Amino acid sequence: MAEHENAPNDSIIVCEDVHKWFDDFHVLKGITTSFEKGERAVICGPSGSGKSTFIRTLNRLEEHQRGTIVIDGVELSDDLRNINLIRQEVGMVFQQFNLFPHLTNLQNITLGPIRVRKMTKSEAEEIALSLLERVDIADQAYKYPSEISGGQQQRVAIARALAMEPKIMLFDEPTSALDPEMITEVLDVMRELARSGMTMLVVTHEMGFAREVADRILFFDEGAIVEDAAPADFFDNPQHERTKLFISQTLQH
Amino acid sequence: MKPPAHTKGPARWMKDNLFNTWYNVLLSCLAFICLFFIFKTLLTWAFTEAKWGVIPANLQLFAVGTYPREQIWRVWSVIYILCVFVGLSAGIWGGLVLRFAVMFGGIWFIGAFLPFGFSTRGWFLGAVAIIAASFFLGRGRTGLRPWILGGWLLSFPLIMIVLRGFGESGVHTSNWGGLLLTLILAVVGIVVSFPLGVFLALCRQSNLPAIRWVSTAYIEMVRGVPLITILFMGNILIPIFMPGLDINQVLRMELAITFFSAAYMAENVRGGLQGIPRGQHEAAQAIGLNYVQTMLFIVLPQALRSVIPAIVGQFIALFKDTSLVAIIGLIDLLGVARSVIANRDWFGLQAEVYLFAAIIYFVFSYSMSYGSQEIETALGVGEH
Repeated sequence: MAEHENAPNDSIIVCEDVHKWFDDFHVLKGITTSFEKGERAVICGPSGSGKSTFIRTLNRLEEHQRGTIVIDGVELSDDLRNINLIRQEVGMVFQQFNLFPHLTNLQNITLGPIRVRKMTKSEAEEIALSLLERVDIADQAYKYPSEISGGQQQRVAIARALAMEPKIMLFDEPTSALDPEMITEVLDVMRELARSGMTMLVVTHEMGFAREVADRILFFDEGAIVEDAAPADFFDNPQHERTKLFISQTLQH
Repeated sequence: MKPPAHTKGPARWMKDNLFNTWYNVLLSCLAFICLFFIFKTLLTWAFTEAKWGVIPANLQLFAVGTYPREQIWRVWSVIYILCVFVGLSAGIWGGLVLRFAVMFGGIWFIGAFLPFGFSTRGWFLGAVAIIAASFFLGRGRTGLRPWILGGWLLSFPLIMIVLRGFGESGVHTSNWGGLLLTLILAVVGIVVSFPLGVFLALCRQSNLPAIRWVSTAYIEMVRGVPLITILFMGNILIPIFMPGLDINQVLRMELAITFFSAAYMAENVRGGLQGIPRGQHEAAQAIGLNYVQTMLFIVLPQALRSVIPAIVGQFIALFKDTSLVAIIGLIDLLGVARSVIANRDWFGLQAEVYLFAAIIYFVFSYSMSYGSQEIETALGVGEH
């Protein structure tokens, strides 16, 4: 594996010339970047730019066809053992929450720890309850996902990912499916998580959140990273025309 | 504030639903007249002309066919084994299982007051006592759950051994008949074809082309052939392909029915699998579940729940289709009915005998249908 020259030693994610095609459509056109431990990166860009596909390749929900991805020293390949190892280290939060509707909120959270981490039921429940406390919905533990609001469901989904004690958290447009009044409660949880030192990659259109929380903003367009800068530079001094246009469009409303 | 009550008196209901417009008045009246004449004719026949004596006189034949009278204790032993498991399960699980056990016990309890022979009524009461005793024995012992599930599985071979016995001293399967044979074919068919169907459905969804093709070919081939053909083929081909093994006719029919039903079951399950959004698979993978765990804990529980009506429909179809084994000479419930009619003593009593057989088929089929509704309610299908 070629060492990425900008990658410092504590890079937890290293991507080297990552390509991905959906049939003939070239979604990712050679992504080369790396993320450090504890880094909080926001990924933005127009729809169809490949930003979601990119973070989905990081836990192998999408397969990349060329290049290398190394997560915490383990390379993502067809080796199922590596994939399962990496998935235990990488938590993911989806746009549509994807909670398991036939399980209670508590069971949604304990399933992974019990089945994958082989914890006992009582250990897992203790962790789950403290996580629900942390995302501020301990009183909803024994309800089903369909019985709580979208914002609460997304917080359960975050707790579910955290229960696996991941080193990295991926967020794929976590607030895009939410009613406006529920966005804040989810972003608050993510802010708290960012303060705790978690490595976070967040695909989002919430530019206020990006400016406030991110160490770094990556702008994707047509399958490539167009701009990669600290928030202050990104918003106040964008280099690329596409970025300028995007910022002016998103900040209008 | 409470919502207004929805219950209405029957008179009000009829006025709102049957007599609300002039043409509904007309249609309702016509329907009532038709129903009146149908029921009048049927009931008049049933209570004045019909010779119901044929039923009690042949009751044992309907129940167990030509199963020898002196070996009938074997059948009761099987029923008692089932009573033990039903009672224990009711005590351990409670809820829906308990209600099933009460209904199951209720049948024997009512039977004990019907004009059967003295010893038969004793057997009936014994069944009730065993269910009750096992219920109290099992009550609250949730730790026994895996053992009871294992016990249910083991009960199948055990029941077969008890019914068959060994060698000449036992009862050869050619003497199994009546409702006993119908139930054995149906229950074993259901219990085996269900997991087989789930397995075939998963194979058909597989990413590996070879597995997918084999499964698809099997399902489509079986679905393209009538059950009768498969029964005939089972009867003739199984002995040709396995010449060394002595596979009796009952087992041959059982295999044919099971393999037939599994193909349909697979398609029902596939319908459920396809209804599970991709996000569910992804969320399961994202927390590190492997394929088997994803299927077992996430996909199948949701998929099977959503197709309970279709699955139970297949169970009911299988139950009724067992009557086709009569064509290769097995005397199941319908076979008994036909042989009773052919008997000179009961000549000309087709209506009584067939109606009786139809009622028995209906009672079992409707019980399954009712059970499926209860299970759906208990699982909260459509709610979460």
